[in-house]
Amino acid sequence: MTTRTRLSHLQQLEAESIYILREVAAQFERPALLFSGGKDSITLVHLALKAFRPGKFPFPLVHIDTGHNFKEALQFRDDLANRIGEKLIVRYVQDSIDQGKAVEEKGKFPSRNAIQTVTLLDTIEEFKFDACIGGARRDEEKARAKERVFSVRDEFGSWDPKLQRPELWNIYNGKIHVGENVRVFPISNWTELDVWEYIKAENIPLPSLYFSHKRQIVWRENVVFPVSEFVTLDSSDKVEEKTVRFRTVGDMTCTAAVESEANSLDDIIREIQTSRTTERGSRLDDKRSEAAMEERKRGGYF
Amino acid sequence: MDLLRFITAGSVDDGKSTLIGRLLYDSKSVFQDQLEAIEKTGQVNGQINLALLTDGLKAEREQGITIDVAYKYFSTPKRKFIIADAPGHIQYTRNMVTGASNSDLAIILIDARKGVIEQTYRHSYIASLLKIPHVVICVNKMDLVDFSKERFDEIVEDYKNFASDLDFKGLEFIPISALNGDNVVDTSPNMSWWKGKTLLGYLEDLEIEVDETKHEPRFPVQYVIRPQTEDHHDYRGYAGQVRSGLFKKGDDIAVLPSGLRSKIKSIYTYESEVEEAFAPMSVTILLEDEIDISRGDMIVTDKHQPIVSQDIEAELCWMDAKSLVPGNKYLLRQTTGSVKSAVKEISFRIDIQTHEKLESSQLALNEIGRIKIRTAKPIAFDSYFENRGTGSFVLVDEGTNNTVGAGMIVGAY
Repeated sequence: MTTRTRLSHLQQLEAESIYILREVAAQFERPALLFSGGKDSITLVHLALKAFRPGKFPFPLVHIDTGHNFKEALQFRDDLANRIGEKLIVRYVQDSIDQGKAVEEKGKFPSRNAIQTVTLLDTIEEFKFDACIGGARRDEEKARAKERVFSVRDEFGSWDPKLQRPELWNIYNGKIHVGENVRVFPISNWTELDVWEYIKAENIPLPSLYFSHKRQIVWRENVVFPVSEFVTLDSSDKVEEKTVRFRTVGDMTCTAAVESEANSLDDIIREIQTSRTTERGSRLDDKRSEAAMEERKRGGYF
Repeated sequence: MDLLRFITAGSVDDGKSTLIGRLLYDSKSVFQDQLEAIEKTGQVNGQINLALLTDGLKAEREQGITIDVAYKYFSTPKRKFIIADAPGHIQYTRNMVTGASNSDLAIILIDARKGVIEQTYRHSYIASLLKIPHVVICVNKMDLVDFSKERFDEIVEDYKNFASDLDFKGLEFIPISALNGDNVVDTSPNMSWWKGKTLLGYLEDLEIEVDETKHEPRFPVQYVIRPQTEDHHDYRGYAGQVRSGLFKKGDDIAVLPSGLRSKIKSIYTYESEVEEAFAPMSVTILLEDEIDISRGDMIVTDKHQPIVSQDIEAELCWMDAKSLVPGNKYLLRQTTGSVKSAVKEISFRIDIQTHEKLESSQLALNEIGRIKIRTAKPIAFDSYFENRGTGSFVLVDEGTNNTVGAGMIVGAY
């Protein structure tokens, strides 16, 4: 066995993901890459550079801004789009709320995670996107583990897990009827650790949120929760300062931090290797019920 | 570190989900919050119900069965693993075919009390048909037959008799109890007579075929990169993933189906120019000559070219509720190409239980048979036996857009 003719597992995953991205470019008229400024979509952008340079991306980057995003992630998003010279489209959940299409949640833990779907589906309609590339991974969550790489959604954006197309070898079938769209997940087969090891191997820059820093937090449902203008505090909440970092970056209203001193990629990789909890263990949106993700996906969530 | 992709197959209640749960649990790949979630949901006889780790859909948890293929990931210091967890129900044969199409290995479970049954035949036949190189038969629930060596030997004997006409490169047998963890990750103190490896030990040590370069070089063109900018005015790169073999700068090549010839000028990855590209690298190839090449064409080296034909004979697994009958037209997708096709003949249907070839005028859902199909234009292919990458295709119904058939090419007719 020679090492020359052998790809490491990361190189194999990379080759597969680039292949999937090129399939999207070849099979669809108006694709888009959903880009949030988080580590998974940053990895997707890096893979797209590999897939299409020296050409331009055959799709824009699209961000559905909930209005509750971390400013560090937004800044990073804009800088990255600028640096690589690719088009960025941003649409706002606030606009959907103002137009009366989406209704803000009430209660102590309001989240815009669910109503994000409304804005996403409107954006898909506005630009007539027929494929949306996303950074979801099958190891994240049990409903995701069931999803195909090319996941067909009906005209309402709904996913029906019982009616999925069989996906054989590496032949992807992106044929759809007008009005339908396909969600494509090029890093389906990557694990959280793979993403981190890849980011290190490829020296990919990330928002500072992922590295340890001091932050005001409160404890909520046993998780470390960042204090922000979007969180309602009451007398039972005790604000503390802790050294934390984020393992996953979503909305400020549903993303919890973890206490961590890890401030380099090596530290983070070591931390993930020895961690006893999943990445989504810090996502309150998934803790709402046993089938929270499945229900959201059925409703058109990405 | 390398990657092993495997599929698990077994009947309902053979303990497939429990086995996967056990593999994940004993190899310490289960996280605390996942454990807490399943502990909340319920226990069986005072033990955690490990099967709950794999059944991801609400309906699956409600019914206690696996409906669709799920993919699970775990790793040990030796290797990374991707498990395709395919349902065992007869009506989900298509899902097993789906999971099997990308696997290097199949684990087939047999209940030690029941021995070799109908479903064992079906799963083994599919593994053989899909040319999964390695098969390991796990005789499960050994705890329920008093860890009997005689019972295990009997099942091994039965299976070997049955599988004599099937074609596996490697075939292994391991006695286990997924529920208690005997011989899954840890050696069982209850079966001191077993001198072989544990299942995980076997999965970690198995030599998978890695030298793709001994296969013929095949590069299906996926996408043409033409920046048309000042810097790259004449750049015309053929992007794709090397399906098999090795390409080097300077190689004489042919483009199929047209047969036009040229020479490889350069090979690029994103960062840099490389001297050679081998499977499964995704690269961009530039040629010496300006010739007409588009998506679906295949670049091959001059020697050992694939077959180019419009008349294809293939094994087909039918995956649609509406039966396949001769005369039907479908879009045939093979490598990166897509071409209209018409089914000319169903040569026979295979009885998966007996392997008998039966005369048949149609293929119903989940049936497998031999067909002859004609494509609107010639395509380049190898037999599936020689090359899984260029010998496989799917049929797409142009009315529903669904993927309705999985084909494995036997040859031209």
